[in-house]
Amino acid sequence: MATLDMTAPSDRRQALRRMLLIREFERAVRDNFADGEIPGFVHLYLGQEAVAVGACAALTDDDYVTSTHRGHGHCLAKGMDERRLMAELYGRSEGYCRGKGGSMHAADLDEGMLGAQPIVGAGVPLATGAGLTAQLHDRDWVGLSFFGDGAVAEGQVHESINLAATWDLPAIYVIENNLYSEGMTFEKQHNVDDLADSAAAYGIPGVVVDGMDVEAVYEAVTEARERAARGDGPTLIEAKTYRYRGHYEGDPEPYRTQAEVDEWRENRDAIDTFAARLREEDIIDEGDREEMEAAVKADIEAAIEYARDAPFPDPEEAYDDVFVEPNPDVEYFRERRDGAGSTGGAGR
Amino acid sequence: MSALDATGEELSVREALRTALREELAQDGDVFLMGQDEEDGGSFEVTAGLYEEFGRDRVRDTPISETAQVGSGVGAAATGLRPVVNVSYSDFIAICFEPLMNQAAKMQYMFAGATTMPLTVRAIEGAGFNAAAQHSGTVHTLVSHLPGLKAVAPATPRGSKGLMKACVRSDDPVVFFEHKNIYEQTGPVPEDEDFTIPIGEAAVLREGADVTVVATQQLVAEALSVAEERTDVDVEVIDPQSLSPLDTATIAESVEKTGRLIVADESPLSYGFHAEVVTRVVENEFYSLDVPVQRVGVPDTPVPFSPPLEDEILPTAEEIDLAVDRIV
Ligand SMILES: Cc1ncc(C[n+]2csc(CCOP(=O)(O)OP(=O)(O)O)c2C)c(N)n1
Repeated sequence: MATLDMTAPSDRRQALRRMLLIREFERAVRDNFADGEIPGFVHLYLGQEAVAVGACAALTDDDYVTSTHRGHGHCLAKGMDERRLMAELYGRSEGYCRGKGGSMHAADLDEGMLGAQPIVGAGVPLATGAGLTAQLHDRDWVGLSFFGDGAVAEGQVHESINLAATWDLPAIYVIENNLYSEGMTFEKQHNVDDLADSAAAYGIPGVVVDGMDVEAVYEAVTEARERAARGDGPTLIEAKTYRYRGHYEGDPEPYRTQAEVDEWRENRDAIDTFAARLREEDIIDEGDREEMEAAVKADIEAAIEYARDAPFPDPEEAYDDVFVEPNPDVEYFRERRDGAGSTGGAGR
Repeated sequence: MSALDATGEELSVREALRTALREELAQDGDVFLMGQDEEDGGSFEVTAGLYEEFGRDRVRDTPISETAQVGSGVGAAATGLRPVVNVSYSDFIAICFEPLMNQAAKMQYMFAGATTMPLTVRAIEGAGFNAAAQHSGTVHTLVSHLPGLKAVAPATPRGSKGLMKACVRSDDPVVFFEHKNIYEQTGPVPEDEDFTIPIGEAAVLREGADVTVVATQQLVAEALSVAEERTDVDVEVIDPQSLSPLDTATIAESVEKTGRLIVADESPLSYGFHAEVVTRVVENEFYSLDVPVQRVGVPDTPVPFSPPLEDEILPTAEEIDLAVDRIV
């Protein structure tokens, strides 16, 4: 999705619409997962919409992002099509990964989405690698990694940021600190108040932003992107945010109170805040938000229909793409299993 | 007592593991558990209630940091504790291979026995949940391949309790593989608090005269169902329980009797567990084999997400049945 100019009213409306689209997508996933239509497990992005939208609005189509197990918002903010993303969640052949990946591995390299990465912290070195390609091939893209507060405890996260810092790579690291990692509180996993403090250890800027404010995220990432483009190296951004749903759908959430969730939803919701601001500025009027909501709802309903109607992949496709060429070993085992390679009456 | 006439209370695999851990925590103050969300019962609720019972010194949450979990487990084991480290999904072992492969596996040896390594690492394996490629792997071959590490992967509640207790008591490092699809399976489990199953001992779960099926984890139940359904052949089912060391004698003895061997294991088929079992039989019982051996496993692909794709590559009873057809 193209870069937004957050000073332009039409682009500001566009940012609101993107957040609404993510919210509606996630609500639909929540409901249809509960109904058993979506296989596997899903982790929803509800509440964190401002981070993905704010960050991706500051990026170009050529920039690469890496995502997490909570990746639908990143995918949509980066410009992936909601129908094909939904089809992937449904395990259909029209999905971005032809049903091989699902929610936790959705990817679209054409839109610069290097993939959801459910191995916690695993996306961070990949963004560093995208920055390395940019530097060596003299391209003007950056690699941006989204990762959680929990991921910050993983070794490969530190190694990767340090590498990018020492090589001045065009990379941006966005921590989405939503205060929980599965059921563990932020305080239990870290001994600091601000995760961005660790930037000092790499000798790069560390920035704390309100992750419930789409413009604050946008500004921080815009600045980080300019810095990266100048060849000045990476930036570490910590966006303080909150997830409204449990860690995964079905999580009984014994680790927090409903009152806490309600407090964030009612008083700090990113969409409400931004919509109110746009109204104050007369960029939207009374009915605009409802209209937008109705429009994205229709888009998501269409996406669900599309996913439902899409065929499942042919089981034979399970053997494709292990390597570029069909793999003789895979063929060997497959054929034996099908009976063609049976013992042929040998023995006795 | 053989596995065939097992008695005791009916427990699920999950309950059997929990009972084993509870008993070992109670018996030995050096035993402690650590892992992500372990205080809340850990992945798949195996350790539910243990934090309330034993407190934070003995049941500890870690940040998401598998390298530090296993690495500090190694350090603690070398200096006097008996850590049981939960790395959750076995795919995540990839992150902590350094302390596992270079430290846990080699310290006793490199230091000429100056230290022991009473470390147990719990890892959850297997497909069947549409959890896609990074949460469905069966990696026990990788671990079994490393000299200095033991690997166990029991398939029954009895085996789960007996082996977990043996692992915690073992002065050697063991990776304990739990299959995520068998936690609910129930069966009789001895109540004796000192009941253990020696690491390296297989269980003959069904005796039969015609075909030996060495099956692991969720494929054990599949093999047993095939055995019950086939009236034309008498199938013997062996759960090796321990992958490394492997109970070669029990398997060889069975093949000597049946002359036919099928190995069913959810690993990718190349260079894996199947190959090791087959080779041991060929080395020891080559002339007992009446027909070529059969392997049932995953045909060297990662595990895909979409149900029809996962079903395609995941070995099942049907495939064991086809393998039986091929050799009788
Ligand atoms: C290497 C690894 N360890 C553990 C897990 C299990 N796991 C999945 S998500 C998660 C919590 C991640 O927390 P955080 O990074 O804060 O992201 P959030 O869920 O809050 O978005 C954990 C522990 C995993 N997927 N990968």
